[in-house]
Amino acid sequence: MTDTSSALRIVWIYPDLLSTYGDQGNALVLKRRAELRGIRTETVHVLSSDPVPTGGDVYLLGGGEDRPQILAAQRLRADGGLKRAAEAGAAVFAVCAGYQIIGESFGDDADNPLPGVGILDVRSGRGETRAVGEIVAAIAPELGGGRITGFENHQGRTHIGPSARPLSTTVVGIGNDGQTEGAYQGQVLGTYLHGPALPRNPALADMLISWRVGQLAPLEPSWGERLHEERLNAALNA
Amino acid sequence: MSELPLRAQLASVLGKGAASLSRATGRGDGSVIGGRVALKVEPDLLSKLARGRRLALVSATNGKTTTTRLITAALRDLGEVATNDQGANMPTGHITALSRYPDARVGVLEVDEKYLPQVIRDTKPAVTVLMNLSRDQMDRASEINLLAKKWRDVLRTSETHVIANADDPLVAWAGLGAQHATWVAGGQRWKEDSWCCPECGGHLKRDPDPHWECPECGLRRPDASWAVDNASDSVIDPNGGALRLDLGLPGDANRSNAAIALATAAAYGIHPKQALPRLREIRSVAGRYTSVVTHGVEVRLLLSKNPAGWLESFAVLGPPDVPVLLSVNAQIPDGKDTSWLWDVDYTVLRDRRVFVLGERRTDLALRLETDGVAFETADRVDDVVARLKGERPDLTKVDVIANYTAFQQIRAAYGRVQ
Repeated sequence: MTDTSSALRIVWIYPDLLSTYGDQGNALVLKRRAELRGIRTETVHVLSSDPVPTGGDVYLLGGGEDRPQILAAQRLRADGGLKRAAEAGAAVFAVCAGYQIIGESFGDDADNPLPGVGILDVRSGRGETRAVGEIVAAIAPELGGGRITGFENHQGRTHIGPSARPLSTTVVGIGNDGQTEGAYQGQVLGTYLHGPALPRNPALADMLISWRVGQLAPLEPSWGERLHEERLNAALNA
Repeated sequence: MSELPLRAQLASVLGKGAASLSRATGRGDGSVIGGRVALKVEPDLLSKLARGRRLALVSATNGKTTTTRLITAALRDLGEVATNDQGANMPTGHITALSRYPDARVGVLEVDEKYLPQVIRDTKPAVTVLMNLSRDQMDRASEINLLAKKWRDVLRTSETHVIANADDPLVAWAGLGAQHATWVAGGQRWKEDSWCCPECGGHLKRDPDPHWECPECGLRRPDASWAVDNASDSVIDPNGGALRLDLGLPGDANRSNAAIALATAAAYGIHPKQALPRLREIRSVAGRYTSVVTHGVEVRLLLSKNPAGWLESFAVLGPPDVPVLLSVNAQIPDGKDTSWLWDVDYTVLRDRRVFVLGERRTDLALRLETDGVAFETADRVDDVVARLKGERPDLTKVDVIANYTAFQQIRAAYGRVQ
């Protein structure tokens, strides 16, 4: 990576393995919301055949089917770059299969536990039923409160260990286990809201940016805020 | 029909009755209800109806209905062809189609991707045609790697002659399981679902396009005997001869569909030069690519249900001064999850007049805003066309791209145009 000390460096991990459904949206919206505030950005796509750079600001991991998920976890563990970056204070935002991968362990298709990257104290396994549909959750008060909405499509159930905390409390849908949704530990954050979770939750995108660059100037509400309201109302009134 | 056992004949007749009733009462085209009634009476009906016929099954994520129509047209010279041309592509629809054409010795059936293994087992098709696999309606469809594996498994134990696109790694891997295969270099514009080896997960080496191979396990693109050449609007046949296509349907995707149709016709003994004029006659398929004229403007309807389909539609848009209307719903047939909108690159629309419509227009609006595409929102296609014509009296064309139920709503508003 070139030296761009004043730019926000967005690193999308393994779009070839972990990009199931709209995961690109998270990188695009981080870039846009930073640039609207005059913050320069640089986005790097790291393929599974390449080393993970350690100088990024925000690392993004998307969803994936069972086999790509296992491969991605193996390659990330062998590479070590993501773990070093997270330990050095980078922000990590991981959805669905990516969320499971950054934990301590996750289940394969027969629910045998496999080791994760180990930067978030969660353990995931397979549930009895698949969680599919719109989800609404109330964000932990210490993260500023408010609600997140998204679409979940997974069979995972995730248990949060003592070093991590729930991202939110489930209002509609399943999330981790029907009680809580997602988890965070320092600046490492995981969620079952799959695909374009940041486009649908502009406040969450802003939180990740502010973790790296400090307090942000507010933006005029636009289509992101309208979509957030629309989906929230649709899910709560369904 | 007379060769069918009595119970199967009865089932078939009852099914046809239910289908007519459905059409007469305006509840539908009868394809699904007819098959359902018939299956109650004779659960083995599909196998029995298929017996003694030379069937071609056609499956893919995109282009199934169109390719089924092209192959059907190419095979007409063999006599009557049984086909499910209304797009009812599950076993109930196949039963209805085969019942409707009891004497047809040849049949071409569009098959839903998930049902393909079952329908291959039930109908023992002479030919199985496979074009592409990509992400589609993931809230209700199965993962495509899993789907490709199921295709591969059934093809390993089947006698069917596979005619498949060598340029789509997932499709090729499935087809490589078959005992007899004809490969067509049909191209692949959308590559986001095939960067990894279907066999071992390794990162595929994909250049020069369309070549692909896995550096880890050695799986590689099979050599193709037929090929599309988009630059010269031609298909290259197994003898190296170039056939100018000059189709009535637009775009590279339809050149690929036509190449597959010509290869399939050849498997039935029909020479490409004989088949090609039949393909050229087709200008729209169940409303797809059709144009309606309203307020003196030609409104062209393009159906696109997933990222790969939207990419193909963008590639056939008119010149930059042709406005484009995008309409998206998220009903059950569309998939209730609109995440896929983020897999499409909209920057190609930046210099065009764009309108967003449909039940999920807010999702589209945010997506376009993020890609820096200026747009306006609207409720109805007709309102937009009237307004545009008022602003620009010289306007002659607009393009509409819509996903499944949005497309059907627009089509219905124009009297279910074909």
